[in-house]
Amino acid sequence: MRPISYLRAEGADGIDSALRAVTDDPGSDFLAGGTTEVDLLRQHVLGPRRLVDINRLPLAGIEELPDGGLRIGALTRMSDVASSPVVQERFPMVSRALVLGASAQLRHMASMGGNMMQKVRCGYYRDAESPCNKREPGAGCAALTGVSRTHAVLGTSEHCIATHPSDVAVPLAALDARIRTRTLDGEHTYAFDDFFLEPGDTPHREHPLTHGELITAIEVPALPMARRSLYLKVRDRESYEFALVSVAAAIEVRDGKVGGVRIALGGVGTRPWRARRAEDALVGGPATTKSFDLAARAELAAARTTPMNAFKPELARRTLVRALETLTRDGSRS
Amino acid sequence: MTVRTPGTETGAGTATEPEADERGPDPVKVRLDVNGAQRHVDIEPRVSLLGALRDELQLTGAKRGCDQGTCGACTVWVDGRRVLACLTLAITCEGAEITTVEGLATPDGTGDGRLHPMQEEFIRHDAFQCGYCTPGQIMSAVGCVREGHAGDDGEIKEWMSGNICRCAAYPNIRAAIRAARDRV
Repeated sequence: MRPISYLRAEGADGIDSALRAVTDDPGSDFLAGGTTEVDLLRQHVLGPRRLVDINRLPLAGIEELPDGGLRIGALTRMSDVASSPVVQERFPMVSRALVLGASAQLRHMASMGGNMMQKVRCGYYRDAESPCNKREPGAGCAALTGVSRTHAVLGTSEHCIATHPSDVAVPLAALDARIRTRTLDGEHTYAFDDFFLEPGDTPHREHPLTHGELITAIEVPALPMARRSLYLKVRDRESYEFALVSVAAAIEVRDGKVGGVRIALGGVGTRPWRARRAEDALVGGPATTKSFDLAARAELAAARTTPMNAFKPELARRTLVRALETLTRDGSRS
Repeated sequence: MTVRTPGTETGAGTATEPEADERGPDPVKVRLDVNGAQRHVDIEPRVSLLGALRDELQLTGAKRGCDQGTCGACTVWVDGRRVLACLTLAITCEGAEITTVEGLATPDGTGDGRLHPMQEEFIRHDAFQCGYCTPGQIMSAVGCVREGHAGDDGEIKEWMSGNICRCAAYPNIRAAIRAARDRV
């Protein structure tokens, strides 16, 4: 690991001093849980000269919003959000996605803001040697012709096919969460859709944030049907593994017809993948397996596969159908 | 009167001017509370908690397995929560209570040399072969029980999945955790 300096932000003006320290120095990064930052520093993928430790800033905790939504502080740890009764009650798919991600130790460490900023798990990005347009713009993409079984099939470009790795970002996409940030200029809010960028021609740009912009909270607006939501994750082993495919879903059925539905996919997209085509295909139609299947096909029609990950669209179709069948099988036909 | 050499002048807060409370990259004094005792180490800020424990404090219970947050052999507690010492920078732990497997048996200085119930059950159930992952397994196992996730084998499997055992002593590890469950 390269040598680094360390600055701890704390005290009354801790947030401002952290913002100033990172904004003024291109070589400084924020340090929260460290589960990505320290890992990638050691592997020479990230190379800040200084870390600004934000862990003692007052940005942890879960607040209930007047509309029935929640405001999750950026430094709230994954394990604390997962075990929060109000999260479990209102947004079970958020809690479930968290519990099915990483390991117990990592969930105690990793912050929610850091989860939104985590780097891709593409082996060519993380080996610090292979051509990678994310790590070194213009270098090329080794994954295109390399081992790509776990790579994305939606939102890819000819410059990058890395899968977005977060579990919890998938239900948050389905829930239209908002990312709140601060810069020296004040507070900013991003719609979830605007926060995660597809690789396109600039795969090194993963977020619209400026250097030194700090996530302060994730806001989850109320959604009554999310009280019966689920997160279904399919992977190569039962635990402590990234998703090959995952589905976050909530659905409201009235008189056999789909009144409202929210669906997002993980493991298949270059960003947490909100399945709007599938949602549009479903709303107003019958809540049957046949419509679920057609909706899944509508979403996945745009998939672009490699020989190694060509199984993913079919796996995603089946997982999506099963998620909706599970949700509509009991009790929801009110 | 301050004399400044032209050309080297930099405004306060610019990238090259170290701020008052910036520490490193050279070794700095770091105070750590480990197993109930105040310890001082001179370490670079890049040193992990695992490195500080093993190489500076000679507490070699926590093991360096993968050194990238995958295997769980380095599991210790920071403020009572099981975390990975390899992905934690030691300097971030100032003011926190660190507990390693060496501090498990008698964390409060009492106990007459008796092992922690989880340690006893690991021995009784032969819950290891080579033993390399064992300190991490034990620290994680106590966390698993305290967090309320040792209800049955399925739950133990899920909540212990961050601790890899290449000898595959898993059935015995689960048996030890079941046995220790009500004693922790």
